Amino acid sequence: MKCAASVGNLFLVTEFVEECADRFGLETKRKFGLLVAVEEAFVNICSYAYPDREGEAELSCAVGGDAFVLEIADRGAPFDVLSLPDPDTTLGIMEREIGGLGVHFIRSLSDSVSYRREDGRNVLRMEFRPAEKGLS
Amino acid sequence: MEIQTKKESNATVVTITGRLDAVTAPEYEKKLNELIDDENICFVVDFAELDYISSAGLRVLLATAKRLKGKGGQIRFANVKGTVKEVFDISGFGSIFQMDDTVADALAKIG
Repeated sequence: MKCAASVGNLFLVTEFVEECADRFGLETKRKFGLLVAVEEAFVNICSYAYPDREGEAELSCAVGGDAFVLEIADRGAPFDVLSLPDPDTTLGIMEREIGGLGVHFIRSLSDSVSYRREDGRNVLRMEFRPAEKGLS
Repeated sequence: MEIQTKKESNATVVTITGRLDAVTAPEYEKKLNELIDDENICFVVDFAELDYISSAGLRVLLATAKRLKGKGGQIRFANVKGTVKEVFDISGFGSIFQMDDTVADALAKIG
């Protein structure tokens, strides 16, 4: 799907991704992680990809081996969001910075994540594997 | 997202229902700031009905908590569980906020 990269469209993105995940059969806990990771990636595009113009976000879902694969792309200037450092999660309440968590969640909640620049787009690929049977 | 508030003798209990995400987080921040401007400085936030939270949600929780700390206030979170708790833990926020199992426990701790 494609939509304008504006935070007000988050519900469209959520609906699309949830529907794909349900078709794949991703269980609730992994699906929750997927939805948070997607929100983070989408909101980053809304906030940073198009500083001086309107632009779009593109999302696609697929199955890759045993994993649910989600790709989200923008046509902004080349930027690898994964190059950003993780926040220091050991700091106390007054020292913690307000920002920096989005990318941390994308990394922590997905089984693997990678960035590529392709056809004038920044593409972030996230994979979510179902939990193994017998483990919680 | 819905926010309900109830004034107890020693704190204001804020119940959030639904999602705390990039779209709804500003509403939460606005509401808390209004309450703080109105001289409320002790809060218990009840997460029992919250289904979802993202970094945008955590960000406003942190911002309002910092503001309260600066005013010598307190904020405690009750009923943080399940996948919402997982998000807190991954972010490291699980250890920097005061969490309680129930609203009653939180109110007792506020004293």
